[in-house]
Amino acid sequence: METILNVKSLKKSFGDNEVLKGVDLQVNKGEVIVIIGPSGCGKSTFLRCLNCLEDPTGGEIIFDGENLVDMKVDINKHRQKIGMVFQHFNLFNNKNILDNITLAPNHIKLTKRNKIATKNFFIKFGNLFRKTQNKKPLLEVKTKKEIKAENEQKALALLEKIGLQDKATAYPSTLSGGQKQRIAIVRALAMDPKVMLFDEPTSALDPEMVGEVLELIKDLAKEGMTMVIVTHEMGFAKEVASKIIFMDGGVIKEENPPKTFFENPKDERLKEFLSKVL
Amino acid sequence: MDWSTKISVFFNTMKNEYWQELFLTGLLNTVKIAVIGLILGIVVGVLIAIVKVAPKYKRIMRILDKIFTVYVAIFRGTPMVVQLLLTYYVLLPIMGFSAVDPLVVGYIVFGLNSGAYVSEIMRGGINSVDAGQMEAGRAVGLGYGTTMLKIVIPQAIKNIVPTLGNEFITLIKETSVVSFITVYDLYTVMRAIAGKNYDSMIPYICMALVYIVLVLLITLLVKGVEKLFAKSDRKTTSLVQKKKRKAKVEK
Ligand SMILES: Nc1ncnc2c1ncn2[C@@H]1O[C@H](COP(=O)(O)OP(=O)(O)O)[C@@H](O)[C@H]1O
Ligand SMILES: [Mg+2]
Repeated sequence: METILNVKSLKKSFGDNEVLKGVDLQVNKGEVIVIIGPSGCGKSTFLRCLNCLEDPTGGEIIFDGENLVDMKVDINKHRQKIGMVFQHFNLFNNKNILDNITLAPNHIKLTKRNKIATKNFFIKFGNLFRKTQNKKPLLEVKTKKEIKAENEQKALALLEKIGLQDKATAYPSTLSGGQKQRIAIVRALAMDPKVMLFDEPTSALDPEMVGEVLELIKDLAKEGMTMVIVTHEMGFAKEVASKIIFMDGGVIKEENPPKTFFENPKDERLKEFLSKVL
Repeated sequence: MDWSTKISVFFNTMKNEYWQELFLTGLLNTVKIAVIGLILGIVVGVLIAIVKVAPKYKRIMRILDKIFTVYVAIFRGTPMVVQLLLTYYVLLPIMGFSAVDPLVVGYIVFGLNSGAYVSEIMRGGINSVDAGQMEAGRAVGLGYGTTMLKIVIPQAIKNIVPTLGNEFITLIKETSVVSFITVYDLYTVMRAIAGKNYDSMIPYICMALVYIVLVLLITLLVKGVEKLFAKSDRKTTSLVQKKKRKAKVEK
């Protein structure tokens, strides 16, 4: 089985406050890992360390053959393949829905395209001095228009999938929380991520909107998306998780498949926690 | 002298080409110092704000940050007159510059002074944008600079423009202190007319009126610019764009 993320004794301190005290976790392709635990135990911090929104203070995160904790890796490149969904959606308020989804794909693909175009310019220039039979062929390059149209098509297809294609030109401020969160998920999907991270994706939603967001995440699970999800929705966790993790005091206290996890908890703190939330 | 005499004396003076020219020069200097001061201020202010809000991983950023903090404290902590007098009568002579055009000194001091205020305005505007916006940009793999330019600053500008307008108004009113370093501005001209006619009342009333008109003009200008930047608040894109998109979807 292909390992997507391999986290080894991950540590994170804020000043003197050691929030993560050595967390190990292996996320395999297609797995859905659900993280639960009491408030303030470091769930968000852990998730945010996975794409270095917080810089870990120790340990390793192996993704795509590189250690993300190493400050020398090109973190932007890796973040493109690690989707993140926030509790408060964080849609770009100054962009309409379509632009929210296409902004990053456009920027990244256009930057790549411009690099190829520059190379072609130098090849052309070099060819001026080469004999006909020695001339170098130009690299294949799409026009900016083609790239933008492709990304837009893809974004619209994703919007159609969640039934929000008619909101393409609306601004985030006009949408309901549930719609915002589903669009935030689609925005991450548009990058073709290898793994998606969810930090309490339904905690900021009105109760009647929780369902639509959880349904979308379940759909992704069925399609085989690899995901790490922090949530307080126990029913959802039971249904969707391949493995549930109980975090407490900055370490993983217990990890098991849902059935064992809920029916046969061993850790005392977990028993106490489950008795409160179930 | 009664009022009607005072008024007619003043307007007789203003009919004189020599005084007209002086008045225009003074008015122009006032506007020039405020405008150039603001432009320099924006350049300096943006530079300082960039350093202030950027992450401070590099040592050079931390050093620049300290320097700018002192800079802002000095320029916000002393009156403009003091800054002008110190620059023109103390600093420049010490540095060996003589016969510097006082108008140029005016531009520079107003620019540096305004830079200190503008940097705080910019910083406040950027900090007022929810930190989640930067995080969302970084999370999809955009760089710090790209996210700043495409996401954060466009949202910050809406908060910055009105405050920047106030700074411009403050500047134009404060220009009157350049007379301390012998620059010919609106106030100096009116004072000269007052001296010549043995009447301060009409020239100073007129001076107040000119300042009010200038401030009103700036207010209008700021309102216009605000509208320009309020675009991102609109609820939906324009109808034309909508139709275009629709046509594309249908295809
Ligand atoms: N940026 C930060 N600076 C300082 N302390 C932080 C920061 N973020 C989180 N913490 C601390 O880390 C601990 C864990 O927080 P968090 O990961 O948000 O918990 P959870 O998501 O499990 O509720 C808390 O004690 C919190 O105060
Ligand atoms: Mg949290």
